[in-house]
Amino acid sequence: MSVAPAKTITLREAIREALLADERVFLMGEDVGAYGGCFGVSKGLLDEFGPERIRDTPLSESAFVGAGIGAAMGGMRPIVEVMTVNFCLLALDQIMNNAATITHMSGGQFAIPLVIRMTTGAGRQVAAQHSHSLEGWLAHIPGLKLLAPATVADARGMLAPALADPNPVLIFEHGSLYNFEGELPADAGAVDIERAAIRRAGADVTLIASGGTVATARSAAEALAGVGIDAEVIDLRVLRPLDDQTIIGSVARTHRAVVIDEGWRSGSLAAEISARIMEQAFYELDAPVARVCSAEVPMPYPHHLEQAALPQPETVVDEVRRMIGGGSDE
Amino acid sequence: MPSLGADMEAGTVLEWYVKPGDTVKRGDIVALVDTSKAEIEVEIFEDGVIDELLVPVGERVPVGTVLATLHPVRAEPLVAVAVSPPVEVPAAVGAPARLAAPPPPVMRVPAAPATHRPRVSPLARRAAEELGVELSAITGSGPNGAITKADVERASSPGARAAAPDAPLLPPEPVDRQAAMREAIGALMARSKREIPHYYLQLEIDLSGAIEWLHEENLRRPVNDRLLPSALLLSAVARALVEMPEMNGFWIDGQFRAGPGIHLGVAVSLRGGGLIAPALHDADQKSLGEIMAGVRDLVQRARAGRLRSSEMSDPTITVTNLGDRGVDLVHGVIYPPQVALVGFGAVRERPWAAEGMLGVRPTVLATLAADHRASDGHAGGRFLTLINRQLQKPENL
Repeated sequence: MSVAPAKTITLREAIREALLADERVFLMGEDVGAYGGCFGVSKGLLDEFGPERIRDTPLSESAFVGAGIGAAMGGMRPIVEVMTVNFCLLALDQIMNNAATITHMSGGQFAIPLVIRMTTGAGRQVAAQHSHSLEGWLAHIPGLKLLAPATVADARGMLAPALADPNPVLIFEHGSLYNFEGELPADAGAVDIERAAIRRAGADVTLIASGGTVATARSAAEALAGVGIDAEVIDLRVLRPLDDQTIIGSVARTHRAVVIDEGWRSGSLAAEISARIMEQAFYELDAPVARVCSAEVPMPYPHHLEQAALPQPETVVDEVRRMIGGGSDE
Repeated sequence: MPSLGADMEAGTVLEWYVKPGDTVKRGDIVALVDTSKAEIEVEIFEDGVIDELLVPVGERVPVGTVLATLHPVRAEPLVAVAVSPPVEVPAAVGAPARLAAPPPPVMRVPAAPATHRPRVSPLARRAAEELGVELSAITGSGPNGAITKADVERASSPGARAAAPDAPLLPPEPVDRQAAMREAIGALMARSKREIPHYYLQLEIDLSGAIEWLHEENLRRPVNDRLLPSALLLSAVARALVEMPEMNGFWIDGQFRAGPGIHLGVAVSLRGGGLIAPALHDADQKSLGEIMAGVRDLVQRARAGRLRSSEMSDPTITVTNLGDRGVDLVHGVIYPPQVALVGFGAVRERPWAAEGMLGVRPTVLATLAADHRASDGHAGGRFLTLINRQLQKPENL
């Protein structure tokens, strides 16, 4: 099979491979069939696999996520696409009270090998009902596994192990990453869905990011390198359960941490990570853990306001310099 | 142990003026404490009955140590409510529940409003323990002046004192107060210059009207009550601050906090060297006579080493007048965590151009050193202008 470099293709290839590999796999969601997915992810799949396996659904998240759960209980391997994380709130009852709970309630009689893919994040001027990052809410729920691919390899490689997992897995695809392009070896296969990854090694400060904010952290790390500060970048990859070992191991080496989270600061995933660092690495800390999160407002529509509300590399750099430089530049 | 100034790390109890069982009320002087700068009378900030004195006379303890415990006054059960957070009892449950339990003893004597534990990162604290480094001797370079591991390592490496693994937590009480004071001033001023982005403005103020008014006013006053020009200057600053609250207060934890009143820190030079700037409380509400008397009292007690704790910790801005020394102009260093310092040089006759004419008038150069984090030059300029305006109407001061 030839490998196309664009990520839009690799993500589609991942779904295509899954459909080819296991006849129990099917894709279901709003506009995934005839329209090809609202981000073009499933373009062409309807022609190849037919309407039984590429299923357009009504605009009813609760119904089609529930249908996915039922199918999974019945032995299928559904991939359910929810257009954005904002809309998954309509299906939250299904996700939490059923998907995350039925294995427990049934005394282990039912597994829920369901994958729910959804777009998350802002930056595309689609305003306050399509732009939020609610991973932190869903990461609160035991029984779910949450993945956030930030690289082409992860976008391609996370789907297969997610389908193989007997428990429900939510995959958060940051909207800004659909246009990222990268080369992958033809044999690039599945990746692990257990561990965080160190994307850039550094000695002075740990920047902890996931999904769309990994690029923010990397830009900040490059800028910091220019002023002699060596930043380590952690890509969380798995938002639940968190890979404490990688996070704490890094902070134990750098003694400083900035958590970058596109969610709102209050009650955020960044808050959880910050608390874990305090619990497990308090005596390693040489400065309070800092957080760079989105402004606590509904995501604005105008470009300049949207950018002002989002975590920016410059903000991360400022936080780090405050941490290491001792306050002001004066 | 209250923090009697941003440069104080520890203090020694020299004398207790109260004993267990004594009833005290807010403002009473309960102890005499020696800092590296002076002997300070410590006031109490709560009404109550002394329960126990925890620090004996002669003991040196770090700032923040509990000195004594206090029972709230029994006649007023509401005091207990004021001290522990009030619990809302639904009306239906009935009033008796509210007053049933005896009030718990109040386990604190908050003698000063803001006692700051020194900021030390957990890693630095651990490193200091391992390296046997004395934290109180280190100036922090971390966020908000926190001591970091690098600071500890720097302090332990070149020519640092031999590490005594079980050295006492605090250094022995400094024998030489002069040296200790120089060290304290040095540390604080270095912190100020390192952390505070100062900006400076100056304004020459025509004092002809004020001096003339002062002459006439003094003719009416008994010799002992006569006013000096410095009283006018202090009063003008205090009254200008009423309109400029952003100059009157503190920069703490990355934000400005307005002062609870206008308490001018009056810089007093001490005999034999050194400097102290105790508070002239609520200076905006004092008459010129009261300001004059207040300053005289502060100077006397500062030089005798008998200042009170509130005078050490309360100043919301500093005013320094070096005119007596013949200086024309002061470029001040802000006293952290204050955000501004007003300086005055000598009142002199100088050439003054006004309305197309050159004349000779008594003038003073007023300067402002202000914290650019808290204000901008526009506000600073307005402040100096307001001081000038006050001085043009001395009868209102």
